[in-house]
Amino acid sequence: MKNDEIIVKLSKKIAEEILSQPNREILSDEPLITSGLIDSFHLVDLALIVEDEFGVRIEDTELNSNCFNTISQLANLIIGRLNK
Amino acid sequence: MIKTFTDSLLDSYQRYPDKNIIYLMKSGFLDQKISYRDLIKGSANYTAELNRKGIKPGEVVILVLQHGIELINAYFGCILHGAIPSIMPFLTEKLIPERYRNDLTSLIKITKPSAIITYSDFNFEIQSAISDKSSVREVILVEKINLCDDFPTFRGAFRDEKDIVLLQHSSGTTGLQKGVALSHRAVFNQLESYQKAIRLQSNDVIVSWLPLYHDMGLIACFLMPILLRIPLVIMSPFEWVRAPYKLFTSISLYHGTLCWLPNFAYNFCADKIRDHQIDNINLSSLRAVINCSEPVRWESHQKFIARFEKYGLNLKALAACYAMAENVFAVTQSGIDSLLKIDEIDREDFQQLKKANQTSKSNATIKMVSNGRPIENTQIKIISEKGDFLPERQVGQIVIKSNCMLTEYYNRMDETISSMLDGWFKTGDLGYIADGELYVSGRIKDMIIVGGKNIYPQDIEFIVMKVEGVLSGRVVAFGLYNEKQGTEEVVVVAEVDVESINDKEKISETIMREVAQNSAISLRNTYIVKPKWLIKTSSGKIARGANRDKYLKEIDEAK
Repeated sequence: MKNDEIIVKLSKKIAEEILSQPNREILSDEPLITSGLIDSFHLVDLALIVEDEFGVRIEDTELNSNCFNTISQLANLIIGRLNK
Repeated sequence: MIKTFTDSLLDSYQRYPDKNIIYLMKSGFLDQKISYRDLIKGSANYTAELNRKGIKPGEVVILVLQHGIELINAYFGCILHGAIPSIMPFLTEKLIPERYRNDLTSLIKITKPSAIITYSDFNFEIQSAISDKSSVREVILVEKINLCDDFPTFRGAFRDEKDIVLLQHSSGTTGLQKGVALSHRAVFNQLESYQKAIRLQSNDVIVSWLPLYHDMGLIACFLMPILLRIPLVIMSPFEWVRAPYKLFTSISLYHGTLCWLPNFAYNFCADKIRDHQIDNINLSSLRAVINCSEPVRWESHQKFIARFEKYGLNLKALAACYAMAENVFAVTQSGIDSLLKIDEIDREDFQQLKKANQTSKSNATIKMVSNGRPIENTQIKIISEKGDFLPERQVGQIVIKSNCMLTEYYNRMDETISSMLDGWFKTGDLGYIADGELYVSGRIKDMIIVGGKNIYPQDIEFIVMKVEGVLSGRVVAFGLYNEKQGTEEVVVVAEVDVESINDKEKISETIMREVAQNSAISLRNTYIVKPKWLIKTSSGKIARGANRDKYLKEIDEAK
């Protein structure tokens, strides 16, 4: 799967399932965690989306802005694991 | 005779030095076992430091630390010294440091602490919140705490049982300015009554992820087990919210018997844990899962039991408790060793007549979950708006009287006096009593409870009023219950003077972002309206309830 495809899919899923705003466009470099766009109660949803859509596990210790803060960074993390 | 926390801790240390009392979990590490010896030794280092820095017994010390061994040791270090600890919630990554500083400044202003304990990395934040005239004489950094070989004098043993032992705050600017001050005696009285209500025994094991700055986490899941020698398995809320399954794997591993959760956590756990994360766990050791600190929802319990029954969770384990920091913790308790009582009442009578009538089958009903009977030495009554006592099944304000009430709202005599009525404490909560059991139905006060956390709407409104484009003073914030999540969410209605949809969307986005970064919560919805939309009371205040109803009506009509 290509980086772009992952970004599009993540953006759509986050808008629909986490923000409940299906029309909201999330830019690939928009801060997700430090901006509070995804609050702490929804970080676990993000991990579940990644697991369901890409079969990749994100550990709870990785659910913070030091590991990723944008969709693009998250996509890189996913690709790194898909290629392993 | 045990009169103070220090007496109790030293007694446990002398009699059971090697008993493991805390199992501290941390992601990526083995669980840390802490015996009474470890606890007293670790805490004594802080006591010695407070002594060395000239902090006196009876003075307030604010702890700005994450959940972990430093916080535990610093807390008891203060207690053993006779100083009054108060935990300030730690800065999260989304919160703007400036906002945090403002909150800290307001906490310092009212509480007048003589010291703050924090990390070296955080010293800069703390220093910038302290002014020259501030009461703070010392900022103690945990990395610089010396290990001492000999115990210092534990001056906490010389405190009087009526002295204040600790302060508890709720979050946000308003909450931080209203610290609940509790005495040694009040806490001991509460524990005496509460342990009977939950039939606490030496073979119990408490498992908790709750924050220590909140009464449920601090009293039921920290001080009670440590003072009464019940093993405690504890993880940080920061880790739990990212890995909720760990609560259940720990209960299984340690044969946990008691667990306290706010209502939203029942939905959260049922929805967000996958089977593969909890393979082979066994929850049959749990004798009570106690729902507390948010209104208890029957639907949340159903969801929880349906999800975890196959892992051995017993339906009888579901319990509920009505509690508040002002009564140290519990006021009532239900469902210990028995099924929770459900009161099915007529919806229309309840909403229009404020009466909880049991009803014929044909009408729409609400299933209310009982919070049970008062614990020993605590009385409850329901009063009308005029202050008259109401009979059973009439909805009114819950008032309480007990032997474990707060001493005062710390340095807030005004708030303390206005919360009392003829010796009764006005809770601000609404409910009714039926067959001697309490049912909590809502609130008089405007406070919103999100995920067990108290949010004051005025704090949110203050943030929104500063957003460019929002008309001055024309904002209202209120809570709406979200059934899927089992908790309230916050909605903001703001008047703006722009026409284009694009501009409105921009303002709405800014409001969402500002609230996320300046408070502990995320908004569910921002509703942008024209000037003069908001309803004001005759005295010119924004009427939150009336505006909430107007919002709901408009949203409903737009569907």
